[in-house]
Amino acid sequence: MEESPRITLQEHKITQDITKGPTVLDEVWTVKAFKKRFRIAIIRYDDYEMEFDLIGIHPALANTFRRIMISDVPSMAIEKVHILNNTSIIQDEVLAHRLGLVPLKADPRLFEYKSDPANSEPGELDTLEFELKIKCTYNKDSNKNSSCAEDMYKNNNVYSKSIKWIPISNQKDKFKEKDLGPIHDDILIAKMRPGHELDLKLFAIKSTGRDHAKFSPVATAFYRLLPEIKIVREVEGEAAERLQKCFSPGVIGLKRENGKKIAVVTDARYDTTSRNIYRYEDLKDAVIMGKVQDHFIFTIESVGAIKSDEIFREGIKVLKDKCLSLLQELSS
Amino acid sequence: MSSFNSKQSISQLAETETGSNSLESTKTFVFQDEGHTLGNALRCVIASNPNVQFCGYTVPHPSEAKMHFRIQMQKGRAIDALKKGLEDLVKMCDHTLSVFDEEMLSFKTEHKLNT
Repeated sequence: MEESPRITLQEHKITQDITKGPTVLDEVWTVKAFKKRFRIAIIRYDDYEMEFDLIGIHPALANTFRRIMISDVPSMAIEKVHILNNTSIIQDEVLAHRLGLVPLKADPRLFEYKSDPANSEPGELDTLEFELKIKCTYNKDSNKNSSCAEDMYKNNNVYSKSIKWIPISNQKDKFKEKDLGPIHDDILIAKMRPGHELDLKLFAIKSTGRDHAKFSPVATAFYRLLPEIKIVREVEGEAAERLQKCFSPGVIGLKRENGKKIAVVTDARYDTTSRNIYRYEDLKDAVIMGKVQDHFIFTIESVGAIKSDEIFREGIKVLKDKCLSLLQELSS
Repeated sequence: MSSFNSKQSISQLAETETGSNSLESTKTFVFQDEGHTLGNALRCVIASNPNVQFCGYTVPHPSEAKMHFRIQMQKGRAIDALKKGLEDLVKMCDHTLSVFDEEMLSFKTEHKLNT
């Protein structure tokens, strides 16, 4: 295994460590060398949030994966709102924009892109239709003394749970309502008073984050480099406790040896690499802080339509398909 | 002057012949609807091709969805280097996907999660 390229974070500068051999940053990139060095480690997985490491990859490629997940992996979102009636105080365009941002459960892989999003008619393969029909009234059986809006009125708050799915032609046989509607049923869409009314038809289509951020399947997808912390001389007693406080919780541990407390690095991974250590004249020479430049810690948080690992898979596929279609065009 | 065709996603900028380089060995490709995402990945892969003398990309204007990709060859045709680069990216994707699937499967069995 070749050495990984590293940088050292010093008090006033960042330096590149000179490695013996070529690293992923300056070596000639070949598929063979990539396959030899590349590794993935899954650290945390919880359906809609995951953390994993890509090790031995060039930063340009790591960044491509991140960018692809954010702006090229498709998802479904409300794109058009037909406003049949809106007597609430929220303006039509503001209301439509709010509805567009409501995340939907629908799996984008089961739908097609609309061929001409501006003009074509909604079809069963590319569009989901929803309805939001709600009216605010006085609550007849309320306690007369209460001046609380929740007691006095009915439907004074419009939540995303009121969005109802309307199947287009055969969609009823293919999908179930619980797999399509809003992910969260408690998103506040509008506030109303008696006499106010909403009657809307909503059309959701498939598109990518490049078109509009509402189509991005991730809340965040980011990476950071693996931090590395070395304690180069023994730090004990009060100084050890001070050193521990300079880093994120859990990074530095205190080991008891002959009745003395000695600072040791337990887990540098979750350090924020703050430079608090440089505030102390007596401690700044005890620690070397650095980062491993070919070790990327990815964190993907899904909005909730597709699972986080699926988003990464879809991202790779998008990049691959992009290359394949360009190759096809070049050879024709 | 670019030979732009709305149906194509790759077109080429016209070149003026300089020195010994033939027209085939130096090219600027114009990618429609592409940007830094593909540009930088492709640059990273093509720059390490030993036959390539220079390769770089630019997005000339942020509000125009275009990416210019220049390749200057030591020997051979620029278009072959571009093809090789795209093929390498496809292989890289395949490998990443298979490693990821493997790791995901072993993580799920280890933590007794449903696949």
